Order: sequence, then structure tokens, then C-alpha cells
Amino acid sequence: MNQSAPDPAPVLALKGVSKSFGAVRALQDVSLQLFPGEAHALAGENGAGKSTLIKALAGVHRPDSGEVLLDGEPVVFHGPADARDAGIAVIYQEPTLFPDLSIAENIFMGRQPRRALGRIDRKAVHATTAGLMRRLGVDLSPDRPARGLSIADQQIVEIAKALSFDARVLIMDEPTAALTGSETARLFSVVQTLRAEGAAVLFISHRLDEIFELCQRVTTLRDGRWISSEPLEELTEDDLVRRMVGRDLDDLYPKQEAEVGEVALSVHRLTREGVFRDVSFDVRRGEIVALAGLVGAGRTEVAQAVFGVDRADAGEVKVGGTVLRPGSPTAAMAAGLALVPEDRRQRGLVMDLSIERNIGLTGLDEVRKRGLVSRALEHDRAADWAVRLQLKYNRLADSVGVLSGGNQQKVVLAKWLATGPAVLIVDEPTRGIDVGTKAEVHRLLSSLAADGLAVLMISSDLPEVIGMADRVLVMHEGRLVAEIPRASATEESVMAAATGRNERAAA
Amino acid sequence: MTTAPDTKTAPASRASLVRSLALRWDTAVGVLLVAVLVVGLGSTDGFGSSENLAFAFNDIAEVAIIALPMTLLVVAGQVDLSVASMLGLGSALTGALWEAGWAFETIVPVVLLVGVAGGLLNGWLVTRVGLPSLAVTIGTLALYRGLASVALGSDAVTDFPQTYADWAVDTTTVPGTFLTYPVLLFIVLAAVTAVVLHATGLGRSLFAIGAQEEAAYFAGIRVKRIKLLLFVVTGLFSAFAGVIFTLRYGSARADNGLGFEMLVIASVLLGGIDFDGGKGTLFGAVAGVLLIGVLKNLLTLNDIANEVQVIVTGLLLVASVLTPRVIATVVERRHRRAANTPAPQST
Repeated sequence: MNQSAPDPAPVLALKGVSKSFGAVRALQDVSLQLFPGEAHALAGENGAGKSTLIKALAGVHRPDSGEVLLDGEPVVFHGPADARDAGIAVIYQEPTLFPDLSIAENIFMGRQPRRALGRIDRKAVHATTAGLMRRLGVDLSPDRPARGLSIADQQIVEIAKALSFDARVLIMDEPTAALTGSETARLFSVVQTLRAEGAAVLFISHRLDEIFELCQRVTTLRDGRWISSEPLEELTEDDLVRRMVGRDLDDLYPKQEAEVGEVALSVHRLTREGVFRDVSFDVRRGEIVALAGLVGAGRTEVAQAVFGVDRADAGEVKVGGTVLRPGSPTAAMAAGLALVPEDRRQRGLVMDLSIERNIGLTGLDEVRKRGLVSRALEHDRAADWAVRLQLKYNRLADSVGVLSGGNQQKVVLAKWLATGPAVLIVDEPTRGIDVGTKAEVHRLLSSLAADGLAVLMISSDLPEVIGMADRVLVMHEGRLVAEIPRASATEESVMAAATGRNERAAA
Repeated sequence: MTTAPDTKTAPASRASLVRSLALRWDTAVGVLLVAVLVVGLGSTDGFGSSENLAFAFNDIAEVAIIALPMTLLVVAGQVDLSVASMLGLGSALTGALWEAGWAFETIVPVVLLVGVAGGLLNGWLVTRVGLPSLAVTIGTLALYRGLASVALGSDAVTDFPQTYADWAVDTTTVPGTFLTYPVLLFIVLAAVTAVVLHATGLGRSLFAIGAQEEAAYFAGIRVKRIKLLLFVVTGLFSAFAGVIFTLRYGSARADNGLGFEMLVIASVLLGGIDFDGGKGTLFGAVAGVLLIGVLKNLLTLNDIANEVQVIVTGLLLVASVLTPRVIATVVERRHRRAANTPAPQST
């Protein structure tokens, strides 16, 4: 088996590949080499061509020109099945398992080993799956149903499935976007195991720290063009960002000093049995308060109870001095509260509806003329915010689903900022969006706070918490355990509080 | 512009494709309706007479009236299978109370109240108990029909005064037109429903609820209250349809309108309202219900047996659900083939 030093012959390569869709040149003369035993990062902003490149490797798209080389030989994949048979597996961000089947059944779906009379050999299925899990160093029972598995576990199942096909190249498309710190750590150790066995891993992530932690080399794309392929050792994060965005990103965390005013949001002893208990805090006008903690600490649940989509069992929420009726988002909105939820696709947006209808949804009373909804007013409201947030779109009547993740997030922000809130709660505002848009969102939050908005920001992204917050509240197992002022907030101090002990988390 | 295709856009653009076809589908049903009318006028004697048109449309007045709130329900991702039973209950109550000597002016409000109560029960079970509307209304389908039998047994009450019956029958038309009063009522209600669905905040909310209920709730839309309201309105309309049905046939029976729920739902789906919710236009639903009515009339005029009519309705429904999807699949496949065809190159 190949160990660490890259073998001189790449297992999979692209040479001068171009691909256009109509007038759009998604890839232009792009080259990439993947060596056995390496973890190779693919970096670039949304729309840089990463997905098209993956699809060219996975046999979904056939390049217009250029070659795909497998073990140095040109190959043509006629479909994903060809690529899979050649040992190329793609692990997507959100795996698609059959929820009612067990892990083992999912892995061997459609190709179960048979016994006499065509009966499925359950023992063999079970044993092989158990072997795969051991090889990955993961403790998952083959008999467990896929329903109820975390996204992280589902990815492991997908990886096991890839291994069962003897995959030599693993392409991972933003696998960590929905993972917690410890889940990411486990995924990385699985990747190390695969590398040690000689597999090549192509890794896509918006989190630069992960790229530096996991990968040896990086290829950067920008606007469909190849920018660079180089060892990560020789790079800094700033270098990489510069290659991705093509300019210096002046500041990822442009926190402005804002004048802190009176209390806008006051949460007093809020409790939801079994989820969180006795949570009290204030957020003042002009402040950005971060709510940090591990996934599962109850941060999202607190936000949802404050906004009223969940009902609290005890405690009260005051906005601008008036106590909110519990369990009523409508009352919360009327009082000036806005919540940008973590799950954009399920909760933030109605994916099938247009951009303008999504933005209009929070202001159905405001886009009326003589009692009826006016399409013109609805359009204007959306157009106004699209300009203010520099939304990139074709037509406001387009379905919001065609936008990139970053632009979808801008639509969610627009939808809520259009209500003119006094308090804005944002839950993981920059998860899964590219670094350029991330900086834009940060600049927006900062200037909103400077204009007197009270911002409560839930984030698992520690640099974001440290970079943006005036104060950091930390939750641990359903309780607020620390309040750290900006001056003394460090990744270490936040993490120590979040883990409930004085040690750094695994990630 | 972020125009570069990426993985995330693929399913969404497919969804918008399906939707644009669905939007064209309602136009297609409208065109089909006109075509059937033209063919009917040319091929079938007596079809175009105002007496026949009055009869044809009056004959589906109850189905058409119930189809209006049903459209709103289906757009919001719900369904009510108990509508025909509520029609039967309305009819049976009308008969039972009339027999008991009540004044007709008192009977109608009572029947409407019962419709509201039935809708409240459906809505309460769906929104407060959290059961799926399909399951709830299968139950109340049996319940309301059972209550109708309790109210009137297997009797028929037929001695309604002529003045009321005259209001509903097809021989009484709005002067100078072939429109009967129940059809006129339908037209007014359809106009109101169209405005509600397509030009009010409530209508906007219905599409959001049907497409993604959770996102609608997170946007501050009162999802439960709105669903409850829809079930109540549906119960109200169904009970009133029971009164119309009773007067039109001059006969109150517990089994009136048996199986009408399928006709109502078939009309709505035929009109391009997506059973998964979130898509459709009221124009499509109205075109769907009129198409079914006209076809039924044409088949009857051509002496085609009732069984065949049921089969035709069924086939039409399957076709209406299938066709947009087939077209979408074909179009998508063609797109994909175009995308995968390598550009000419020298090798």
C-alpha cells in the first residue's frame, strides 16, 4: 500500500477539461491530479465550478473537451455507474439512504449476496457490513435502521458503501457542513484511515481551517478556471482566500463599534423541560451577542422558544419592555422580533416559491393595496432588499431554489429585515455559504447593529463568534454557563465553557 | 450572476419546470373544455340548447360549489373526504326538520351551523390532535353519513314547497340566460374564492403552507388557524350543497350525494391542483369541474351508459395527474441528453 509520499502516477486526473452549459462556461481548461494516499482540497467560491468538476469526475457530465485520465489512461464515463465501477465514489453533503432499511441493507441495496433460491444472504450482508465498520473504526451496528441516524452517521454509511465497491477515489462534497465538531473529527480520522490504505480523497469545504487540517494539497478554481494546485504547507489562510476570491478580502469579520443602547430583548428564566432550563439574558440595541455552545446544547431551541415557534414551559420574554404572548410567532413579529432559522431549506424559505413571494411572506399586510395583495408592491419590496443585500439573481419571479446557498441566505435575511425588526436572531447565519458572501453577511450584521438593531447570533463557527460578538453567551447541556465579554473571548475560553470543563473539545 | 450550474440547482430547476407545466396545465384544461364544448355543439343535437346547458351545469352545481373550498384545502396540502357525507347530512337534516314542522327559514341556518360544526371537528382533529387530514376525513366520511341515517333513516322527504324547489331546479333560470340560481351562486363564490386564493395574504399563505408548512410557520403564518378555517368553510359549503341538492331533486335522503367526494377531488386534480400542495390556480379547478360536467352531459346525450361515464372520469383523472409529470420527465431527459452530447472536436 502506498503510504504518505504521493505516488508519481496520479490515480485520477483531469487534463484541460472544459464544459459549457448553453452560454455558461462552467469549466475552462481545468486540470487536476489526484494521487493515491492524498487528501486533496478543492477550493473556490460558490459558482466557481467545483460541482461541475465533481460531476465530470463522477461521470455525470461528459466534458466538452479535455480528458479524464484513470491511472494515466484516457477514459470516458458514460454515466455515474461507469465511474463507480472504475472506483470513484462521491459522498454528498446530504446522504440519501432508505430510512426504513438497515445500515447493512442500504449498503448492499440492489446487489445483495444471494443464497439458494435467490434468498438474500443476511448473514453475509451483516458480516461484511460489520467488517466495513471495523475497518473505518466506527461503532455502528449493521442492523440499525437508517432512520434516526445523524447526518454524520449517514455519511459513514455512504463511505462504507463506497468501500464495498472498492473505491480508490473518494470525492466528498461539503461533508462537514452539517456536522458537529466531534463528528467532523471522526470523519477526519476515517479519511486518514482511507488515505493510509492508499485511497485518494478529494475534499470540498467552505471551512478553511478544515482544509488546512485535513489536506496536503489544494486546487483552487475561480469563475470556472484553474487558478492553482499547490501544497498547503506553503500557504496561509489569507493566501488561499486571495486565490479563491481573486483579491484581498479586507476583513472577514468587519466588526464596527456601535453605541450600546437600552435593552431590546430580555429573556427571563426561560425553561423548556428536558431541553433547556433557567435561561436569562438581555440583548441591547447596537449589540451583537453570540450564543455559543456545542450542537445539542439547546441554543436553537432557546431561539425558537424566544420567537414563539416552540412553547416554553416557564419564564418570559420581553421585547422593548412588553411581555410576549408565549407560543406565538405572530406576536413576536408584531413586537419586532425576527428569527433567521438555521435550516434554510426547511424553515427559512419555501423552496418552491419565487424570491419575491418568499420575501413578501413576512409582510403580507404590508404589500396590500385596497385590501388585496399587490404584485407590484410585493415585487418592489423584494427588489428593494435585493439591491440592498446585493442579491445575485436572474428574475425575482424565479424559484428561490435556483439560487446558491449564500444568495438563499440573503433572501432569508431580506425577508426578515423587511419587517423592520428591533431584534434580529440569526441561527448559524453563514453555515455552508462561501467566504465572500460570509464577509458580506458579517458586514451587514455589523452595520445593522451600528444602526441600533439588537442582534442575537447563534454560531458554531468560533472565529465568527470571536470576530463578531460584543458579548458571548455560552450554553452547555441546556444551561447558560458563561458570559464572556469581547475583550476576554477567545476560542479557548468559549470552548472551555461550552464543554463544561476546562479543556479543548476534540475538534 | 451565479449562473454556473451546480448540484443544488438541479432538483430546484426541475421543480420549477414541473410548476411551469402545471401552470400551463390549467390553461390546457381550459382549452380542452372549450374544445369539448365546440365538438359537442357540432356533434350532438340538443347539446347547445339553453335548456340543456341549464341542465348540464345545474347538474354539477353542488360538486362545483364544494370544489371551491376543496381547491383551497388541496393547495394548502390538505384534503377533505367527508364533503359528500356532509352534503348527505345536510340533506337528511333538511328533510327531518321539515318533517318535524320547522320553518324552512329556520332549517337553513341550522343546517349551515351543523356544516360549520362538522368542519370544526375535522379541523380540530387535524390541527390540534395532529392527525393527517386524509385519515381524519375518511373517519368523518363514515361518521357524517352515519349521522345522516340517524337523522332520517331510510325515508325520503319530498313534500317541499314549490317556491323553494323552484329556486334550485334547472327550469328556473336567470332571465335571459341559461344560468340557474345554484350556478349563479357558484359563479359568485368562484369569483370570491379566486380573489382569496390569488390576491390576498391568506391565499399567499395557503401556497406557502402547501409547499412547505414548516417554513410558513417560521414566517409567522398562523398555519393551524388557517387550516381550521378551511375545514370550517368546506363543511359550511358542503352542508349548503346538501340543501341545494335536496331542493333540486325535491327529495331529502340520507344517501344523497353518495360518492361525490371523488367527483369533487377528481375535478380539482384535473384542473392541475397538485395533490402535494402548493401549486395550482382556481381557474384550473373551475375548468376541471366544468369539463367533467360537460363530458358527463355529452355522454348522457349520446346514450352512453353511466358505468362508461365513471370509467371516462377515472381515466381523465389519471391522465391529468400523469401527463404533466410525463412531459416534465421527457423534457428533462432531453435537456440531459443535450448537456451530455460532446461538442464536435478533433481527436
